[in-house]
Amino acid sequence: MQEPELRIVDEELEKLLKEMARLYRYDFTAYSRESLKRRINRVLLLKKIPSIAELHYQVTTDPDFFAYLVEQITVNVTEMFRNPAFFHTLRQEVFPILAQEPFIRIWHAGCSTGEEVYSLAILLQEANLLNRTLLYGTDLNPHVLQQAKSGLFHVANLKTYSENYLQSGGTSSLSDYYTVRYNQALFSDELRQRMVFSVHNLVSDQSFNEFNLILCRNVLIYFNRDLQDRVFNLFTESLPAGGILALGAKETLVHSTSKDAYTYLNREQKIWMKSGSASYAGKKI
Amino acid sequence: MQERKFEFIVIGGSAGSIGVAIQMIPALSGRFQVPILFVLHRNASSSSGFLSDILQPRTPLRIKEAEEKEKICPGTVYVAPADYHLLVETDFTFSLDASEKVHYSRPSIDVTFESLAAHYGEKLLGILLTGANADGARGMAEIARAGGLTIAQNPATAEVPTMPQAAINTGMVHHVFSTSEIISFLNDLVD
Ligand SMILES: C[S@@+](CC[C@H](N)C(=O)[O-])C[C@H]1O[C@@H](n2cnc3c(N)ncnc32)[C@H](O)[C@@H]1O
Repeated sequence: MQEPELRIVDEELEKLLKEMARLYRYDFTAYSRESLKRRINRVLLLKKIPSIAELHYQVTTDPDFFAYLVEQITVNVTEMFRNPAFFHTLRQEVFPILAQEPFIRIWHAGCSTGEEVYSLAILLQEANLLNRTLLYGTDLNPHVLQQAKSGLFHVANLKTYSENYLQSGGTSSLSDYYTVRYNQALFSDELRQRMVFSVHNLVSDQSFNEFNLILCRNVLIYFNRDLQDRVFNLFTESLPAGGILALGAKETLVHSTSKDAYTYLNREQKIWMKSGSASYAGKKI
Repeated sequence: MQERKFEFIVIGGSAGSIGVAIQMIPALSGRFQVPILFVLHRNASSSSGFLSDILQPRTPLRIKEAEEKEKICPGTVYVAPADYHLLVETDFTFSLDASEKVHYSRPSIDVTFESLAAHYGEKLLGILLTGANADGARGMAEIARAGGLTIAQNPATAEVPTMPQAAINTGMVHHVFSTSEIISFLNDLVD
């Protein structure tokens, strides 16, 4: 294995992204390049693709290969109760605000295989809020959504998830929410009934509802500033005054043109509230 | 003693390396202009705030966590955030990537070293410190292949020799130095 691996260079990548946008209307041209390069190099290795010309040929002539590439170049890594301190803060500081609402809508933008959605549903259940909540999980990758819908998660991760759950302030035991079949944990119907999963592309799709809480975590790190701004506008349109926006641990609104529309709810956990007076007036914390 | 000019210095480490960083940073010349980045393995939930909290009062250099889309600035010591891979873009800004761990590690030293090697070539100095796994060996080789200079901490004096030894075994390490030799080497770069 001393032969140097095949690696895509900048110009080839630009050409490929443009072709993908033109042929399939999936536009990755506003994504950070270095992560894309790593993902594509990984596909070259996995699929033993001999040249960039061959990659280009396969992408442009074979829609199945294109679909596979899209799945591969987006990073789907996630876990339940990722950053337990974040979920703890949701529970302590955001749930009391949500509890004022007769009906609660939550949007997980870029939900991947759904671990984040199940995590939040469990905590809402324990706060007696789940029965009047709908959680919408969206992603551009239909494959991960299929996985999310199934409610099945590999048992290998349950130990970590249980620890995360307890650190998030879970009040019972994570095992109350699933049954194990072979090496899979099936999460309960009660949780799944409150979830809707559908394809939505943050690059090109519009706002589709109004939400009390939007979570978009570990998605924006892959977008350039312009695309981040587009997405923040989409979120601003989809929140009422007093609506809440939560980002990932290393993501921020502060560089965006939308920042003036929000105030911090919790700076450390990257949680903002849309300003303006409306349903929540007078309930500011 | 050094003729070459570096534009970026990256220092990777795992088990035992925080102690080395705490020793190194205050010992660096305050006139250091070349940006320095530490990529250290640590707990996923740990913040890099603690390094700057401890060390900022002891150095005139600015110490901060590397943030996504941040432009790389001179006179700054960056620390890679926990739980993300850190990459460098063509416009010399940082970007973050939460993809799979590499060598059970995120941040992975290999990932950052390889990304830097591609952009800085012979203007890059890579240093690999103590650690108990093989992360960084590949990245060091990549830096050397791209024309950069590589220094491994001497396994004989490293708290855990595995990591620098793995890099030395690739045959792509130019110098093997103790911590104090690394510090003098770095300060000699400042004229
Ligand atoms: C790293 S996962 C984040 C999962 C979860 N939010 C978390 O923090 O653990 C990123 C997800 O964003 C999705 N994504 C990337 N680009 C997208 C886009 N333009 N529109 C919608 N989802 C996108 C990917 O498919 C992937 O599933």
